[in-house]
Amino acid sequence: MIAFENVSRKFGDWTAVDDFSLVVEPGEILVLIGPSGSGKSTLLRMVNRLIEPTAGLIRLGGEAVANLRPEILRRRIGYAIQSVGLFPHWTVERNIATVPRLLGWSRSRIRDRVSELLALLQLDEARFRSAYPHQLSGGQAQRVGVARALAGDPEVLLMDEPFGALDPITRAALQAETQRIQRQLGKTILFVTHDMDEALRLGGRIAVLDHGRLVRVGTPAELLAEPGHPLVVELLGGDGLGLRRLALETVASRLRAGEAGDGEPIAASATLDEALSRMMAIGVDRLAVRDAAGQPLGVLHLEDFPLRTTP
Amino acid sequence: MPALAAHVRQPVFLLLGTAAVSGWLLLPLLRHAPNRLLSGRSLGLSALGWPGGGIVAASLALLAVALLPRSRASSWAALAAGWALASGYLAAAGAASADLAAHSPDAARTSFGAGGWLVLVTGLLVQAEATRALRLPPLGRLAIFAVAALGLALPVAFGWLDQLSLAREWRAKQDVFGDALWRHGVIVLGALAPTLAIGLPLGVLAHRSIRFRGPLLSALSLIQTIPSIALFGLLMAPLTALGEALPYLRDVGIRGVGPTPAILALTLYALLPIVRNMVSGFDSTPAAVLEAARGQGMTNTQVFFQVEAPLAAPVLLAGLRITVVQTIGLAAVAALIGAGGLGALMFQGLFANAADLILLGATPIVALAVAADVLFRLAAEGLRAPA
Repeated sequence: MIAFENVSRKFGDWTAVDDFSLVVEPGEILVLIGPSGSGKSTLLRMVNRLIEPTAGLIRLGGEAVANLRPEILRRRIGYAIQSVGLFPHWTVERNIATVPRLLGWSRSRIRDRVSELLALLQLDEARFRSAYPHQLSGGQAQRVGVARALAGDPEVLLMDEPFGALDPITRAALQAETQRIQRQLGKTILFVTHDMDEALRLGGRIAVLDHGRLVRVGTPAELLAEPGHPLVVELLGGDGLGLRRLALETVASRLRAGEAGDGEPIAASATLDEALSRMMAIGVDRLAVRDAAGQPLGVLHLEDFPLRTTP
Repeated sequence: MPALAAHVRQPVFLLLGTAAVSGWLLLPLLRHAPNRLLSGRSLGLSALGWPGGGIVAASLALLAVALLPRSRASSWAALAAGWALASGYLAAAGAASADLAAHSPDAARTSFGAGGWLVLVTGLLVQAEATRALRLPPLGRLAIFAVAALGLALPVAFGWLDQLSLAREWRAKQDVFGDALWRHGVIVLGALAPTLAIGLPLGVLAHRSIRFRGPLLSALSLIQTIPSIALFGLLMAPLTALGEALPYLRDVGIRGVGPTPAILALTLYALLPIVRNMVSGFDSTPAAVLEAARGQGMTNTQVFFQVEAPLAAPVLLAGLRITVVQTIGLAAVAALIGAGGLGALMFQGLFANAADLILLGATPIVALAVAADVLFRLAAEGLRAPA
């Protein structure tokens, strides 16, 4: 658990973070999003004390981080950054072993831990264990970066735009990987991004920051249903907001049950944006719907699409 | 000629081959003089007898290599030709001088001619260029360097060069030479020890404190602009005064002349390359790597010894290489303030107008500097090896 209590940070006259309070629950992914300069990285870096707050308190599992020695604190927190920062003179194994070595683990325990993490991040052990960073692609390097962040079995993971420099396909793969690892290990993750698609895809809560202030926090569904702030609308893509909403609901929610339709049926579990795309592609305004077993369930009508959340 | 130029595939070897040919075709290979102060008459290719043919063959082989496309085979051929040129000339010149000595009075001297120097240097340059082209691992390069050095050392060791003027000069000055060589080494090491003791902490300080870095580097650059002889002179007065004020200091060697001001001046000169390379070496550590190191929970000491220092090591070693080579050379000038060393032989030769005595001082200085340079380069490459 990470708790921010009225945290502020000033750089001279400029206020980077302004009276920010929020609790990141154990085992959740919380995504900090906002335009550049909104204070999201500053907030993240105050958790592991790379930056100190000018006011307020940050607690990690109940303890005030200011009371811990920075090095000791940081060894308890995984840290992955956009530029990765692998140590170029060390092999992948030695890079991953950074924190375990600092923690003084035994040689055999470190060796096992490295194998475990290589497997977790789907890096072929034979190929990568003794490789040097310059031999890795961007995506492989960031996998090693994440493995290194996880190596000391930290309570929480701080990720500062970790996939920002990767191509879209690699980025999507690593986002899925992050979700999987989070579910598998139950880590608390504080994730900074400026990419709303990424925030929505990671699936946890989203906290929107503007000029160092928290303007909105909620699940993707809550934000889409009720943006509540012009910046949230803007981040969600303005007029494209409606299409993102469609991505959160399934065909089943708009189904006219029992009607008989024709044409290739769509699965009831498909999202509404997939259904809309199918309609546009084949030029129809209704689709037959089937269940997982392939049995007909009813028909989806285009006229039923408008959301009924605001009557 | 344009037609021929179109066939040249390795112009470097064309240039060097032409230099070697002009060496034996247009310039004297040896000089024979009635005594050590006169310059004497020039001797050409014919004076070398049949080994001269080997030099001609090696030069022509080199020109032929220039027409071949660059390949491992052609580079090895060039290497062999270069070795034959340098070592062949040395052996042939030695044999010829022995022959001449047998038929001349004792005072007569035979020495290398301008063409001979040209052939010798060309041969060494060809070997360097061919080694570079071969792109061998550090150990392979070290082996080639050793073979090249043996090619020069063996004719000397076998006594083939004993009748050359330089060797006779050496025999005449044997005691002095050994002393001078030893003294030179002591001055160089004597300057390097304080350089490291002062330079390493200064470098770390300059890296840590931006405010301190500017003035420090300016001050060290300023020292570097003072001509060495002037700096030696500048140090004489205060050190003399110090020695007179505190006689026990004078007793341990703190004096205006001799090794003390020399070591002091050489240290001052050596600080700039050390400190500058430390600063640029540390600066080249990527910011992301430092951020990651601190973010993973390394202490400042751990960041320094585990990350910054190893990453900066190749640049630091380059700084040390420059320092050592520079100090070996500058130590020669220190002879002017009575520090002794190989420079003393050079200056004696200069004042006595005895070219061979100058060479006797200068040749080992060059050899020491080249050897130090090669060794440090190989060490730096060994450091960079993980790849």
